[in-house]
Amino acid sequence: MKYIDEYRKKDLILGIAEEIRKISKKEIALMEVCGGHTMAIHRFGLHSFLPPTISLLSGPGCPVCVSGQHFIDTAIAYCRQPGVILTTYGDLIRVPGSASSLEKERAAGMDIRIVYSVLESLEIARKNPGSKVIFLGIGFETTAPLTAAAIAEAAKLKLTNFHVLSAHKVMPPVMKALVKDGVKINGFIAPGHVTAITGTSIYKDLPMAFGLGVVVSGFEPVDMMQAILMLVRQIEAGKPNVEIQYQRVVQPSGNVKARKLLDTVFELKDDYWRGLGMIPLSGLKIRGKFSEFDIEKILPVDVAMAPEPKGCICGMILRGLKKPTDCKLFARRCTPSDPVGACMVSGEGTCATYYKYRE
Amino acid sequence: MCLAIPAKVIQVKGSNALVLIGDTEYNASLLLIDDVKEGDFIMLHAGFAIQKVDEEEAIETMRLLNEVAGYDPES
Repeated sequence: MKYIDEYRKKDLILGIAEEIRKISKKEIALMEVCGGHTMAIHRFGLHSFLPPTISLLSGPGCPVCVSGQHFIDTAIAYCRQPGVILTTYGDLIRVPGSASSLEKERAAGMDIRIVYSVLESLEIARKNPGSKVIFLGIGFETTAPLTAAAIAEAAKLKLTNFHVLSAHKVMPPVMKALVKDGVKINGFIAPGHVTAITGTSIYKDLPMAFGLGVVVSGFEPVDMMQAILMLVRQIEAGKPNVEIQYQRVVQPSGNVKARKLLDTVFELKDDYWRGLGMIPLSGLKIRGKFSEFDIEKILPVDVAMAPEPKGCICGMILRGLKKPTDCKLFARRCTPSDPVGACMVSGEGTCATYYKYRE
Repeated sequence: MCLAIPAKVIQVKGSNALVLIGDTEYNASLLLIDDVKEGDFIMLHAGFAIQKVDEEEAIETMRLLNEVAGYDPES
């Protein structure tokens, strides 16, 4: 397929690997922020092409993993209310809450429907005027504009029985929080599709304030090898900078239209990240102007914060401080078919990726 | 979750487009991007086109990469 096959050519990957080996002298650690990047690295075995000077760390870029149990517990509280239809992306269905999961609730008779696009939820709301349709909004800047578009459409169509439970989060504050928290890295492999929306200005302090290189990368193996090469070049030259590898998709200014819509519908709030705690202005809440679509305003529920599962080190893994193989539960009590923590249940969680491609 | 896949635009119908990934047709909402026409490639993410693929940039990136890798795509 065009724009995929040519970025998987073995000769090209080997050629870039050779160039990386030639110039890499310093011992460095690079963090891939996005769960999609973690998957690509392991799926294509990119570690094996890199010299021992370069280590790769996984970051907090799996939205399902960082949103944690409280979001799932809240979603479950909503689906048990009479007259509610819950709609969700498939990613969330098996994530364990503190006592149940959406999959178990659905088996118990709750009306929970998996949608591919948030717009399907609008259609469900139109066909079920007597029900409250609640969409679980989750994801970073790539996904949040879609929810914003749906809310704006619902406002236009006066579909007042469509609502959103928002766990949307933004990337820049957590990247800075990690660095301030002491994770030892030399550069970020920055998320391509987040940046396709935000543009590169969100990274502008990282080279100056923290001496970190930033390269916005695509998701095919050739993309990621090129991004690593660009970071190695920056670091070896002592000139950390913000660069785009994924030029075919990412423009420096991002997607202005999507960002405007995001800003019309959402505003920043302090938000809780699993493993990292509260991070100022790192989450998105629906603006007052659209409060009729905000289920937390229309129908507040009180859900207690449950403790994290015992022995699970998801939090440390999300901060790049530990690897899944450091966890006592990994591949023993915690597996993709019977996960303990969210890093194992989400297909792009670091633990699930390590499990799938473990040697 | 931030997965997006290149898809070819077959037909534009108002704020929607019919797109093709391999041999499979999908519907793509065009609420987030402007000026899409037939034959363009867009990045499809959960039912929305989130950005266009820039063909010239793609060609330039490939040219640079082939240079780095000493790889001749014609051979």
